[in-house]
Amino acid sequence: MKIIGAIARMLGVVLLAASGAVLAQQPLKIGFGMSLTGPLAGNGKAALISMQIWAEDVNARGGLLGRKVELIYYDDQTNPATVPGIYTKLLDVDKVDLVVSGYGTNVIAPAMPLMMQRKLVFMSLFGLNVNGKFKYDRYFQIMPAGPDPAVDWTRGFFETAMTLNPKPQTVALVGADAEYPHLALEGARTHVKRLGLKVVYDKTYPPKTVDYSPIVRAIQATNPDLVYLASYPPDSAGMVRAANEVGLKARMFGGGLVGTQFAALKTQLGPLLNGMINYEAYVPEVNSKFPSLDQFLAKYQGRAVKEGVDPLGFYLPPYAYAMMQVLEQAIKATGGLDQAKLADYMHKFEFDTYVGKVRFAKNGEWAIPRMLTVQYHSIRANDLEPWMKPGHVTVLYPNDYKTGSVKAPYHENKK
Amino acid sequence: MEIPTALLFNAIIAGLLLGGFYAAVSVGISISFGMLDVVNIAHPAFIILGSYIAYIVNSQYGFDPILVAVALSPLFFLLGMALYRVYYLCFEKRGQESLRGLAFFFGILFITEVVLILVFGVDYRTVKSVYAETTLRLGVLDFPLRLVVPFLVSVAMVVGIQLFLTHTFFGRAVLAVAQDQLALRLMGVNPVRIKELAFALSIATAGIAGAFLIVIQPVEPSIGREYIGLVFAVCVLGGMGSIWGTLLAAFVLGLAESFTSTFFGPSWAPAVSFGLLLLTLAFRPSGLFGR
Repeated sequence: MKIIGAIARMLGVVLLAASGAVLAQQPLKIGFGMSLTGPLAGNGKAALISMQIWAEDVNARGGLLGRKVELIYYDDQTNPATVPGIYTKLLDVDKVDLVVSGYGTNVIAPAMPLMMQRKLVFMSLFGLNVNGKFKYDRYFQIMPAGPDPAVDWTRGFFETAMTLNPKPQTVALVGADAEYPHLALEGARTHVKRLGLKVVYDKTYPPKTVDYSPIVRAIQATNPDLVYLASYPPDSAGMVRAANEVGLKARMFGGGLVGTQFAALKTQLGPLLNGMINYEAYVPEVNSKFPSLDQFLAKYQGRAVKEGVDPLGFYLPPYAYAMMQVLEQAIKATGGLDQAKLADYMHKFEFDTYVGKVRFAKNGEWAIPRMLTVQYHSIRANDLEPWMKPGHVTVLYPNDYKTGSVKAPYHENKK
Repeated sequence: MEIPTALLFNAIIAGLLLGGFYAAVSVGISISFGMLDVVNIAHPAFIILGSYIAYIVNSQYGFDPILVAVALSPLFFLLGMALYRVYYLCFEKRGQESLRGLAFFFGILFITEVVLILVFGVDYRTVKSVYAETTLRLGVLDFPLRLVVPFLVSVAMVVGIQLFLTHTFFGRAVLAVAQDQLALRLMGVNPVRIKELAFALSIATAGIAGAFLIVIQPVEPSIGREYIGLVFAVCVLGGMGSIWGTLLAAFVLGLAESFTSTFFGPSWAPAVSFGLLLLTLAFRPSGLFGR
């Protein structure tokens, strides 16, 4: 009997070791939905390339926890309705070890209830104030919007406006009927109230609008000092064209246009962007403040050109990589995939990434806001060249990154 | 509420210009769905295909996108003929056109979209033209050429199609197909051949409308889906198979959208447009010009 017992124990040990070895050979699966078709697909594909570069880098270093990293992703079609199904499949069928979000507020928010139900760490990519209502303690967000995202997001536009002399009195608020513009406009209204501005126009429009000139004319009829616009790429292009066609007169115009951070819209709109105020995550004018970014761009740009996505890579791609770096560092530091330990670590410690040091506030947003408020100028042609080097963008806010003062009014600075 | 005159007249101009574009994207559906009873849900996909062909030629050779589309419309015509032939042989001939035919066109829509994504990627594309960024100003009135040129070509195309359908033997045969195929057969005309050519004509209009679209706004492969509701709404509002009705309905929806955006808030524009459609159908179920 003793011999049988010893053999059984030995077999047990062997099986245990074998199962450990099998686990070590199994890839560490990270799942997500990503907009690979639909209106935000250009941005989504650029983000995906960054995440793939990260996975290749990690695997070249031997993987994570001794396991190769495998990214499992599905096209969310830029359609929020597809998101819950995608994440359910990732968790229940593909049995992924970790999940991260796709790109943008509209597709992050629908995943939140499932993440909360399963108590998962949810690292998200450029969602604006998604956690404002959920208040989920395992949510983290890589966009440098700041601890009060909607308000911090629009702060640069309004702080810049208040530097005008005389100070502006009236404001028009306009944006698309979608999650991000609604949240950005909410933040803008907070500043409007705080600064005692008078709202003369506050409306949203359907994202499928074809001609934006009636909207711009209606805004012009109210004669606002400031026009704050929160839009997604198709309507950003439509509103910019309409403002130029109608000859919009305002002291400042822009603020929250998604799309003009990417090469496609930068080159398509070209000189039409002159005089506009908008936000950027990075511009060559402040290269010295982003010491590690060039390393990332060297990896990304060549590949992006080959794959036909955003060849600049200034906006979303470095942050997509940084999102994965945060996760990587947290996994290494905690030595496992325990969601509670990961969340706890991510709350407590600072992360070193290609976009700089990242520390999260209590609500999972960046502890210190860093989105740049900029003004475009001196763009003469519809090509990429002006955007690759300093000289066509003035950084207006935050003050640590400021390279100049705003030129107003908008309609007299469209050159 | 006092309405500034400039705002009012600019709203009318914007509405008419937009309506001209809507007429171009819808006239093909009026032919295929309204006259031939072919539910070509893939029509917007051919519009986007037209946009991309205009884009390729424009970006490579610098030719005007609308001229390119008009010049290449025979290719779209041939494509339409081939597509109808497949549809006829696989579905219509077997009497399975209703549901399976619909699935077929859905398939065409998605396949076209995926092919465009694989070839061109997912970025927004646009074209360069001498008029794209020019706006004519007559006093307080604005005429953005980006919309004026498509409007003029569109109206010419729709009027041309109407004259063609009412003043030629082929055109009358198309109208007859819509009414009584058996009677047409008794007159010695092959209705399948007539339907094939008429369907091809509808696809040719989609190619030209695609060039208008990319002149008006940047396009990406999946943007066509956004026009499915619109094209059928214009067709139904105008009256099934009525080309004049399509033109009028397009202007009605364009003006409704422009006025709502200007005076009440753009968010209401789709509700007002489709509210108008419902009201019209309630009082005139056959549409504005339907029989």
